[in-house]
Amino acid sequence: MNENSTKTDAESANDPKTRGPEVVVALMLLALGVLVVVDSLRVGIGWADDGPRSGYFPFYIGMALCASSAAILGSTLWHWRSLDEVFAERSQIATVMAMLIPMTIYIVTMLWMGIYVPSALLIGYFMRRHGHFGWRVTASVSLTVPVVFFLVFERWFLVPLPKGPLENLLGL
Amino acid sequence: MEEINNLMQGFAVAMTLPNLAYMFIGVTLGVLIGVLPGLGGANGIAILLPLTFTMNPTSAIIMLSCIYWGALFGGAITSILFNIPGEPWSVATTFDGYPMAQQGRAAQALTAAFTSSFVGALFAVILITFLAPVLAKFALKFGPAEYFAVQLLTFCSFVGMSKEPAAKVIAAMMLGFALAAVGMDTVTGQLRMTYGYPELLKGFDFLIAVIGLFGIGEILLTMEEGLAFKGKSAKLNLRVVLQTWAELPRQWLNFLRSTAVGCWMGITPGGATPASFMSYGMAQRMSKDPASFGKGNIEGVVAPETAAHAAGTSALLPMLTLGIPGSPTAAVLLGGLMIWGLQPGPMLFVEHKDFVWGLIASMYLGNIVGLVVVLTTVPFWAAFLRIPFSVIGPVIVVICAIGAYTVHSSMFDVVMMLVFGVMGYLFKKLKYPLAPLVLALVLGDMAEASFRQSMLLSQGSLSIFWSNPLVGVITGLALLLLLWPLVSAVKGMLMRNNNVKVGSS
Repeated sequence: MNENSTKTDAESANDPKTRGPEVVVALMLLALGVLVVVDSLRVGIGWADDGPRSGYFPFYIGMALCASSAAILGSTLWHWRSLDEVFAERSQIATVMAMLIPMTIYIVTMLWMGIYVPSALLIGYFMRRHGHFGWRVTASVSLTVPVVFFLVFERWFLVPLPKGPLENLLGL
Repeated sequence: MEEINNLMQGFAVAMTLPNLAYMFIGVTLGVLIGVLPGLGGANGIAILLPLTFTMNPTSAIIMLSCIYWGALFGGAITSILFNIPGEPWSVATTFDGYPMAQQGRAAQALTAAFTSSFVGALFAVILITFLAPVLAKFALKFGPAEYFAVQLLTFCSFVGMSKEPAAKVIAAMMLGFALAAVGMDTVTGQLRMTYGYPELLKGFDFLIAVIGLFGIGEILLTMEEGLAFKGKSAKLNLRVVLQTWAELPRQWLNFLRSTAVGCWMGITPGGATPASFMSYGMAQRMSKDPASFGKGNIEGVVAPETAAHAAGTSALLPMLTLGIPGSPTAAVLLGGLMIWGLQPGPMLFVEHKDFVWGLIASMYLGNIVGLVVVLTTVPFWAAFLRIPFSVIGPVIVVICAIGAYTVHSSMFDVVMMLVFGVMGYLFKKLKYPLAPLVLALVLGDMAEASFRQSMLLSQGSLSIFWSNPLVGVITGLALLLLLWPLVSAVKGMLMRNNNVKVGSS
């Protein structure tokens, strides 16, 4: 991938390592495993008159999830010092966040503004901020795309998409 | 020669004018999906699936499978011209494809890639034509124990054959099973693991997971590389195509070997990506001139493309005959079949003969259509790729959001898509495999049902999985694959002990 071998050790020492996220993900999987096991115990993991109860199968799934994530967690912590693989460079994380944060805002605004307005805003933001397009190009692309989606989905395939106050105002 | 007869009837089903039109639409959409980063075969089909609910199942599956062929073809374009694999299975194509483009031989590389894809797929479809009915007939005798054993084999082979650490394969797989179990228990009707949230009643839909894991996750991964695309241009003309075709028969052994690797990896759920790497490695080792690999050797384009396409196609064999998909994309197609009320498995060959053979016939036609489309439209796609990512990126996000929403018309799904997207990014970075997660999510309910039915038959005794030679062999094979990492770890440790004195590990 993009692990830059040209970087000096001192520089790459600053970049976040894989081991941190590794532990976080393993802990989350472990927690999910525990949730599965606990709820399986609640619905019953034994036999009823009509056969195995609902928790019979998930119980073992949960146990296996716990065991495997615990193994990952254990081996990461055990080899902590020697694990210095870089997760991503700081600049790379910054570009990932440059997508993740607007995307999150986009989905949150979708909850009350429908899909069309936030889509136009998202595309417009990216084109201005990262593409450095002029206002005219930005406006035409970011308005055309939602309109095309509207025509394809709502008119052609008759699949309704979420709408907000603006669409209501326009009576669509 | 019953198969030939059936196949001819299948051609009659597939060759109607609307179906041919759907093939063209499907292949074109597929190439588009294959070319764009963040949209791939699996999530592309997942996004378009809701649009096909109103179509008749045969046309719908023909279009969707053609999207798949298109995506397989399209992945090669970006690999060769841009050194950016549009799909994971075309990573190996970049090794020699991009150097060829740099040397001004992009047209040859593209022709070789498309032709190899076509040949690989063709062999795999022939395999499906003759093997599928046999396998389906054989599988008709399967009881729940045999089914569970086959499913066990599927999942164990992930553990045995993955390059990722076994603990991560198992963790990803178990997460898939756990997510599949959320919601109403299909047997007793009891609610499980909803923890009082009504949104979780219907469980996690694998389509949402696929769109998030592969779509959003891939976009985040692409962002790491920055927003710039720099590509080589290519013009394909008939002369170059014919010239390259004249050279290709010399590679018959390479074709044959890569097809074999691809078919094997596709039927067992190794998938197209490992198949392409394996085949590239084998071609390099067995080549007369291994040093030229990575510097623009056409053999290095033929091998991975043939294997990837053969694997991608043959992944549909276990999907159709046993209801067990060999790849995430096959899993999405399987999900589609179930939504249309077609239960994949041996009965499909008995009850929906027209549909099955129509689909198989469409695989032949779809690949021919695909080859023609890609050979004629390369400059167009290359131009498409020059659109900056600052435009393409957000548009893909919008498409993913629409795709996730339309599955159940639920905003909760869109939020889940984002969660799965972040998870997909982290999993990719931390080398958790995504394929077992998706397959477990799809097969979870089925595997659980067959396990519980087996347990009912045997009154809770696991010995049912050894009760007859057939199920015993399958279970034994599964356990062997499951324990394989352990075996090779022990072997590795012994080897290392022997090598310590020499100083090389």
